[in-house]
Amino acid sequence: MRQRTYTTEGLVIRQFPLGEADRILTIFTQDMGKVRLVAKGVRRPKSKLGGHLELLYQVSFSAAYGRNLDVVNEAQTVQRFAEISEDLDRLSRAVYMCELVDSFSAERSASYSLYQHIIASLTALCSTDDTWLLVRHFEAQLLGVTGFRPELRLCVECGTDLAPADHVFDVSSGGVVCPNCQVQGLSAVLPVQLNAMKVLRLLQRERTFASVAGVRVTPPVRHDVERLLTTHIRYVVERALKSADFVRQVSEL
Amino acid sequence: MTNENNHAAAPINRLVEEFHKLPGIGPKTAQRLAYYLIRMPDENARSLAEAIVAVKESVEMCSRCFNITEADPCSICSAPDRDETTVCVVEEPLDVLALQRTHSYTGLYHVLHGVISPMNGIGPDDLKIQPLLGRIRDGDIQEVILATNPNLEGEATAMYIHKLLEPLGVRLTRPARGLPVGGDLEYADEATLGRAMDGRQSF
Repeated sequence: MRQRTYTTEGLVIRQFPLGEADRILTIFTQDMGKVRLVAKGVRRPKSKLGGHLELLYQVSFSAAYGRNLDVVNEAQTVQRFAEISEDLDRLSRAVYMCELVDSFSAERSASYSLYQHIIASLTALCSTDDTWLLVRHFEAQLLGVTGFRPELRLCVECGTDLAPADHVFDVSSGGVVCPNCQVQGLSAVLPVQLNAMKVLRLLQRERTFASVAGVRVTPPVRHDVERLLTTHIRYVVERALKSADFVRQVSEL
Repeated sequence: MTNENNHAAAPINRLVEEFHKLPGIGPKTAQRLAYYLIRMPDENARSLAEAIVAVKESVEMCSRCFNITEADPCSICSAPDRDETTVCVVEEPLDVLALQRTHSYTGLYHVLHGVISPMNGIGPDDLKIQPLLGRIRDGDIQEVILATNPNLEGEATAMYIHKLLEPLGVRLTRPARGLPVGGDLEYADEATLGRAMDGRQSF
C-alpha cells in the first residue's frame, strides 16, 4: 500500500489565505521539489502549526497526500532568518529570490542543488551588506543549476572564444555574439561592457557567495549586470517577476 | 455550473450560481443553500434580500479612516470621547471590530485595506498609505500604532510605513507579541516564545 504521509524539510516560498483560518502554502522541499499544501487553522492564534509555517521559514514538516493539495499535520521551525524579516531591503530581496525559485522549479521534481543554493543564499543575506551583489550571484547560480546559464565565453553563433572587449548579448539566443556574427536589427540585443562581462563570469564561476563578496562593482557596471540578468530571466520565464517592483520601491525609499 | 444534465428550474440555477461566487461556498453548498431558501418562509427570504440590497446601498467608506461605515465620517472618527492623538493602523475593517472588542483602546483607526504582498502583485500603492501620510501631516497625531498582522507580509507593511513616517517625527509603536490566553507553551513557536520572554512583566 502506498504511504499516506511523508516527512521532509523545505522552505516556505509562497502563501495565501484560504477560507476562515486556513492557508495555502507552497513549500520548496529538499527532496520532492515544490509542493502545494493546505495548513488548516493556521491563522488562529492558538494553532499549533501557527508561527512555524510563515513565509521564508525553513521548516521540517509532515503532511498527508491529498487529491489536489496535501495537508500539513505537523511543522517545526528549523531556521527562520530573523535578520531578513527585520530589514525591509533584505526582506524585499528575499521575497524576490523566492519568486525566482517558484518560477524556476516544478512541482514534485526534486532539485537538491537549488535547495542548497537558496538556503545558503538566504543565510548569507542575513549578514551581507551588499544585498545587490548577493541577489545577482543568486540569479547567476540559479540559471546555472536550472540549465539556463547565459553563454558568456563563446560566441553563440560561431562558437569562437570571445576576445576581451565590449560585446552585445543576444536575448533570444541567450548568449553573447561576436562582432563578426552580429546582424544589425535582427533580434533584441543588449550592449555589455567588458567590466560587466568580467563580473558576470565571476558570478557564474563561484559557487559560494563568500568567494565573490567584497568584489567592488561600480554603479554603471551594476546597471549593466542587473539589466542582462533580469532581461535574460524575463525571457526564460516569459513574464516580469512581480516582486521586482517592490524591490525597486524599497530601494527608492 | 450549468450543463445539459442540469434539470433544475432556471431561477434556482441562477441562485445557485450567485451563491457559488461567495468565498468558501462550493457547488454542493450552493445548491443546499438555494434549496433551503425555497423552503424558507416568504418574509425571511425577503428580509435577507433586503439586507443584501441595503448593505450595498447604504454602506460606504469613511473618508478619514477608510473603515466601512453608514455615515461619513464614521462613528469612531466623529465620537467626541476618542483620543485624537493616537491612530491605530490595521489591515482590514474586521481588525477594527476585533480591537474594539478589547475595550482597551480609545484612539482612532486607519484601515489599509490589504497588506503588501509582493509575490501576489500587491504593492504599497494598492493600499491606503498615502491618505495616512496626509492625516499625520495635517492633524495633531502623536502616536501611530502599526497593528498589521504579525506575519511576514504584515511585518513588511509595517516596516514600509515606518520608513515613510519616521521623518515626520511621530511616535511609532507595534503591539506586543506573546502567548495567547489559554494557549500551550509546548506548541508555541520560537519567535513568539522569545518575544514573550523578552517582554515579560513583573508579577
